[in-house]
Amino acid sequence: MTANGRGALRKHTIIALVEDRPGVLNRLASKWRQRGFNIESLAVGHSETPGLSRMTFVVDANTDAEQVVKQLDKLVDVVDIRDVSHENLVTREMALIKVRCDPGNRGHIIEIVDIFRANIVDVSPDSVIVEVTGDEGKVDAIFELLKDYGVIEMVRTGRVAMVRGGAASHPAPEEEQYERYPGQELW
Amino acid sequence: MEMTGAQMVLESLVREGVEHVFGLPGGANLPLYDTIPQYYPKLRHYLVRHEQAAAHAADAYARVTGKVGVCFATSGPGATNLVTGIANAWMDSVPLVCVTGCVIRPLIGRDGFQEADITGITIPITKHNYLVLDIEDIPRVMREAFYIANTGRPGPVLVDIPRDLQQEKGEFVWPEKVELRGYRPRIYPDPDEVKKAAEIINESERPVIIAGHGVHISQAYKELLELAEKAHVPVITTLLGISGFPGSHPLYLGMPGMHGMFWNNIAISESDLVVGLGMRFDDRVTGRLRDFAPKARIVHVEIDPAEVGKNVRPAAALQGDARVCLRELNKLVESRERAQWFARLDDLKQQHPSIVFPETDEILPQFAIRKIYEATGGDCYVVTGVGQHQMWAAQYWWYDKPNTFVTSGGLGTMGFEVPAAMGVQAAKPGELVWAICGDGGFQMTLQELATIAEYGWPIKFAIINNGHHGMVRQWQQLFYKGNLVASPLSNPDFVKLAEAFGILGLRASRREEVEPTIQQAMEHKGAVLIDFQVKEDENCYPMVPPGAALQETIDLPDDYNVIAKEKTKAEVRS
Repeated sequence: MTANGRGALRKHTIIALVEDRPGVLNRLASKWRQRGFNIESLAVGHSETPGLSRMTFVVDANTDAEQVVKQLDKLVDVVDIRDVSHENLVTREMALIKVRCDPGNRGHIIEIVDIFRANIVDVSPDSVIVEVTGDEGKVDAIFELLKDYGVIEMVRTGRVAMVRGGAASHPAPEEEQYERYPGQELW
Repeated sequence: MEMTGAQMVLESLVREGVEHVFGLPGGANLPLYDTIPQYYPKLRHYLVRHEQAAAHAADAYARVTGKVGVCFATSGPGATNLVTGIANAWMDSVPLVCVTGCVIRPLIGRDGFQEADITGITIPITKHNYLVLDIEDIPRVMREAFYIANTGRPGPVLVDIPRDLQQEKGEFVWPEKVELRGYRPRIYPDPDEVKKAAEIINESERPVIIAGHGVHISQAYKELLELAEKAHVPVITTLLGISGFPGSHPLYLGMPGMHGMFWNNIAISESDLVVGLGMRFDDRVTGRLRDFAPKARIVHVEIDPAEVGKNVRPAAALQGDARVCLRELNKLVESRERAQWFARLDDLKQQHPSIVFPETDEILPQFAIRKIYEATGGDCYVVTGVGQHQMWAAQYWWYDKPNTFVTSGGLGTMGFEVPAAMGVQAAKPGELVWAICGDGGFQMTLQELATIAEYGWPIKFAIINNGHHGMVRQWQQLFYKGNLVASPLSNPDFVKLAEAFGILGLRASRREEVEPTIQQAMEHKGAVLIDFQVKEDENCYPMVPPGAALQETIDLPDDYNVIAKEKTKAEVRS
C-alpha cells in the first residue's frame, strides 16, 4: 500500500473475475509470491454474477504486468483477467480516517471534510471518523491535511476500477473444443 | 447408481481409460485400497516402496503413453512423499492425477494424526488441486482432474479425499461434459501469426528449429519432419525434445545449451531465425539470456501463453497445440537451398566434433553408454537420472524411435531413473528398457528394486559408477578450485545389492569387459544391474559455464579434439 498516489499513472490496474471458492486467494497469492510480483493494493468482493468474485489489484511499475496476467490466467479458478491500465477508467478508493479533535477544532475538520465531499461517520468527545471516497490522490490529499490534527488510525480499501462506457470489462471468451490424440504416432 | 466414495474414484479411473496405478496404502486411503480388488483386472495396482516412486513411475508412464499417469498415496507423509514427483511432472508438463487420502472431515484443520495440508503444499506445483468434501462431487472432480491434467499444457492435478468420504455412499453421476469457465486452453493459432511466421521462415538465410517436449506431448513428429524437410531447416532438440526428431536424419543437429553440441551453440548464435517449437527457452538452453541468438528473429510455437514473451520476445507467436500449429504452418513454408548455411554447419561440426572418446584402459562413462547404444541398436527405451550420465546419454545415443528418451529435465530430479523405468516398463511390457543411472542418484530410489523384482520387470540398469556425485565434482573442479566437498561417495557393493533384491548383478571395471557384460545383460531374461566402474574424473563437455553465453561454450579438451580430427569424417557425427 502506498500513501502517495502520484505514481499511479505508471502502475498497472488489473481486474480479475475469480470463482468464489475457499482457497482461491491462496492460489493467487501463491503466484504473486513465487514469481515475485509486488502487489500494492487488492480489493475483493462479489461481482454481478453469482459465484464469481471480482478483484481489482494494483501492481507496481517494475512488475511485468503481462506476466502477471498470463500467469494468473492459468489458474483454473481465474475466469477472466485483464490489465485495464491503458483504458479509460473510473477508479475509486475509500478510506476511514480517525482523527483526534476537541470542541475547539472540530469545526475546522468539518470544513475540510466538506471541501472534499467526505463524511463524518462517527463522533466522540475526542475524535471523529472521516469517510472519504475518491481516487488515491484525493485520499492522499485529505490525509495530508488531517495529519496536522493527529490521525489515530487509517484504513484504505485499495483501488477498485471499472472501464467507462457500455461494454463489460469482461467479454465472454469463445469456447474451443479440442481432443488430444490418443495412441502412439510414428515418423 | 449408488456407490461408496472409494468406488466412485475407481469407477472414474476406469471411465477415464486408466489401466495402471502406482501407489502405497496407509490409514487415510485404506477404503480405496479395500475396493481395488473389485476393479481387477481392468485396473492394476503396482505397490511401490516409497510414494515418490509412485509419482515418478506414473510420470514416466504418462510420458511414453500420452495418457494420464495415476498414483495413490495416503495422507500426511504419504502425500508429502509425492511432492518431489509432482514437482518433477509440473516442471516437465506431464499429465498426472494424484489421489491422496485425507484425514476424516471432522479432523481437517485440527492437526489430526498424519494430517498435512497437501492441497496447500501443492498449490505452486500443480495445475489445479481439489479437496473433496461432498460425496456427490467425486465423479465431477475426477473428470475435471483428468481433463485439466491432459489438455492445454499438461501438468499434475491432485485430488485429496477424506477417509470418511471414501466410505460414505452416494449417487454416482458421471458428467458428460466438463464445464470449467476459467479453463479454456488455446489450440488453434492466430492465422495472421501463422502467415507472419511462414514469411519469416521463408525469408531466413540461417534458420534453426529448436524443438522441445511439446513435440512429444502433441505428437507432432510427422509435422516436425515435414517442416524441416519442406522448408529445409536444421533441427536441434532440447533435452526433453530428444527423440522428437530422427537422430540419424541429415537435418538433425542434436542438443543445444549447457552440455549441448558445440556446433549448435555457435549455430544458434549465428542464426538469423530460431523457431522455438514446444519449448520455453529455459536457461539451460539459452545460456546468458541477453546474448542468446543475438542476430535471430524468434518464431515461438507454444501452447502456454505465459511462456510466450517470458524469456524471449518473438517476432511471430503461434499460440496453440504444436501439431495443429505446424499443420497450418507447413502449408505456407517454402523450400530454400541455404547452401552457405549448411556448409557453415558442416564446417562447425568438423572443427568442433563434440562427440569423441579416446582409447583408454579405464572405462570412460560415455564409452559405456555408447556401447549400450550399439548393442541395442537403439531399439529400446532409455531412462536416465540427472547429472553427467544423463548428458552423455543425451549426447552419445541417436534416438531413431519417437519418444524413447525419458528423463527429468526442468526439475533435474536425481533418482528419477529407477521408478521412471518401472513406469515405462509397465506401460510397454514387451519393450526393452535401459535405465542409465548415476551411482549417486541410484541410491536415492534404489529401494524400488524390490518393486521391480516383485513384478518381474526385466529392466536393465547401467550404473555409471564414478564414485562421485559426478556433476557436482565437475563443478567443484572447474568453479570451486577443486575443493571436493561432499561429492566423493562411499558406495555399497552394487552387485551384492542387486543379488539381495533377487536381481542379477554384473560388474565391468575394464574397457574390454564392457561389451561382454552388456551382452550378458541383454541375454538374461529378467532384471539386470550392471555396475560400470568408470573413470572417476571424466568431465562432461562441451560446457557452457553457468551464467555464460552460448558463444562462450567450452569445447572438448584439446587431446580429445586431436583424436577426433584424426578420425575419418564418417566416424564423426554428420
